[in-house]
Amino acid sequence: MRVLGLDIGSRSVNAVWLEDGRITDHAVADSGFDPAAAYESFLARGDHDLVVATGYGRHAARESLGCGVVTEIKAYALGASALHPGAASVLDIGGQDTKVIALKPGGGVSDFQMNDKCAAGTGKFLEVMARALGFDLAQMAEAAMAAETSVAISSMCTVFAESEVTGLVHKGIDRGRIARGLHDSIAARTLGSLKRIGASGPLVFAGGVAKNRAMADLVRAGFDGQVVIPREAQTVGAYGAALSALEA
Amino acid sequence: MSDQPVDYHPMWDELGLDLPTHDALLGAVGQLFGDAYLTQENRPQGMDYLNFVMSEVHGLRIKELDDYRKAGGKIFGTFCLYVPEEIIRAAAGWCVGLCAGAEFAYDQVEQIMPRNTCALIKSFMGFKLAKVCPYIESADLVIGETTCDGKKKAYELLGDLHNVYVMELPQMKRDVDMQMWRDEIRGLIAKVEEVTGNTITAESLKAAIKEVNDKRRALQRIAATRAADPAPISGKDALLATQVAFYDDVPRFTQMMNVLADELEARVAAGEGVTAKGAKRILVTGTPMALPNWKLHDIIEKAGAVVVGEEMCTGSRYYQDLVSEDAATLDEMIDDIAEKYLDINCACFTPNKGRLEDVVRMAKDLGADGVIDYSLQFCGLYEMESNAVETTVRDAGFPVLKITTDYSMEDVGQLSTRVEAFLEML
Repeated sequence: MRVLGLDIGSRSVNAVWLEDGRITDHAVADSGFDPAAAYESFLARGDHDLVVATGYGRHAARESLGCGVVTEIKAYALGASALHPGAASVLDIGGQDTKVIALKPGGGVSDFQMNDKCAAGTGKFLEVMARALGFDLAQMAEAAMAAETSVAISSMCTVFAESEVTGLVHKGIDRGRIARGLHDSIAARTLGSLKRIGASGPLVFAGGVAKNRAMADLVRAGFDGQVVIPREAQTVGAYGAALSALEA
Repeated sequence: MSDQPVDYHPMWDELGLDLPTHDALLGAVGQLFGDAYLTQENRPQGMDYLNFVMSEVHGLRIKELDDYRKAGGKIFGTFCLYVPEEIIRAAAGWCVGLCAGAEFAYDQVEQIMPRNTCALIKSFMGFKLAKVCPYIESADLVIGETTCDGKKKAYELLGDLHNVYVMELPQMKRDVDMQMWRDEIRGLIAKVEEVTGNTITAESLKAAIKEVNDKRRALQRIAATRAADPAPISGKDALLATQVAFYDDVPRFTQMMNVLADELEARVAAGEGVTAKGAKRILVTGTPMALPNWKLHDIIEKAGAVVVGEEMCTGSRYYQDLVSEDAATLDEMIDDIAEKYLDINCACFTPNKGRLEDVVRMAKDLGADGVIDYSLQFCGLYEMESNAVETTVRDAGFPVLKITTDYSMEDVGQLSTRVEAFLEML
């Protein structure tokens, strides 16, 4: 049986193909202004017995494709526990959401939290800050790790933090220290959310931001327990969506 | 009889409404109602009455108020269920709830109050400033109450624009507070008698107590049917019934709600529901949802669950307790009214353990699978109490989801994900 799991997010559309329950392929495309075009191209890659969508675009996909849907919370919980059996919690920092999930033994969700309506401290936040500092994302992470000291960033709001960063740049503060401060503040906020839901290790850190080395290091350093970052961090949700198709 | 729709514009104009803005508002509310309500399946037939009320909410009902005033009657606008409707009706006044459930004219509101004010307060001020609420424009007197700091100060601002009287509600429930509250009710009696020119007598108050109790009894009947699985009525429809209770003609509303309750009881007996049996059942608790705030219920029910109860001022707090009907003298009746109203468990009281008990009891009685605690952002009272609700409800064995939001639609995507994930978890 061939199953396609789609994670239609704000920044990327991710896909995982399963053949008899095993991953046979995965793909990532930019959401851009036409996320439907991205998932249509994945669908065109062959016949599928089942399609399940998660992410922001799941309801639109259900309407146009008639596919099944699950929330990102359930998808990440399923995907993370399948990739790392025994995982006790999940952190996903995506394009405009941060989710923390505490897992029951066996992979069910026991508690979760999501950020409210704004994109504070998410992938989008990092993109905007990198642009303000004249870096690309990888350069910003490198600069953050190279910095010996950090400068405190008090705002987590993307708009306010951008003004704060601009102010620091005009004061002549080293860009690396600012980058470090931005990563520090996201990590502190994220670790606080994990603490609030009583997350314990092993923690699976997924989502696009898990590929950011500075964030990975900071979460590892601050979390009380083992932190696992899957090689395909960006497709954990799509994998979980595909797995959910096999549940029923 | 002609089937031509009545043109209410001359009446609205006479009330001083801003007609183009008001037309835009009615269009928006009509669309909201259509999307949230008229798309529902398996609705009870008794809801036709509330559909009709909604279609005439600024029309026929306002005409009735207008006719009543022209015949010498007086209209009293209120924002809160602590204002005893019995007192107003005993002096032949009519009581109407005021519009406070939609985001409107915030640009004007924010010129006179802070942006970080709760949506409910900003909303009623917006309706007043933009001249789009025919209820407040029909009100001879607006009766406010000191249920939170924001409202308390907002009534000062509203007082510059309208005739406002404020009742002081105590913040505790000791004997001394009860004494003060009785005096406040006597003060209200004097004020209502002055405005209406009518004297409240033991007979008129006794009749009013009975009349308002009957309205609550009808709503209690509807609420009780929601314990059935499948629930015979959607949470949205039940919420609408309580919302309309604040506005509608009391005897007519009571009669129509009893007709609806008859139908719901028959549905329960026949095992008919608004969803399939086994749909996830949610109890909602928190800040009031003023008409036309259906946002959370709509999200929950579009995700496939059914709301089986509202522990809120537009819910059980409105109808769960009755005023004793045993009193013979005016003094005893005033004491009974004071007692009933001070029994309401609002977060404006400290301590407020009674609310926690109510939430747990309702969750058990209604067979809820989970509880959603709802706070309007910047409503300090409910946001502060949220932690106690979460702990108590969780200790009683029910999963809880805490939601803080406002009237805007910008967070509907995120809220849907959180609600759906909560339902998946149950």
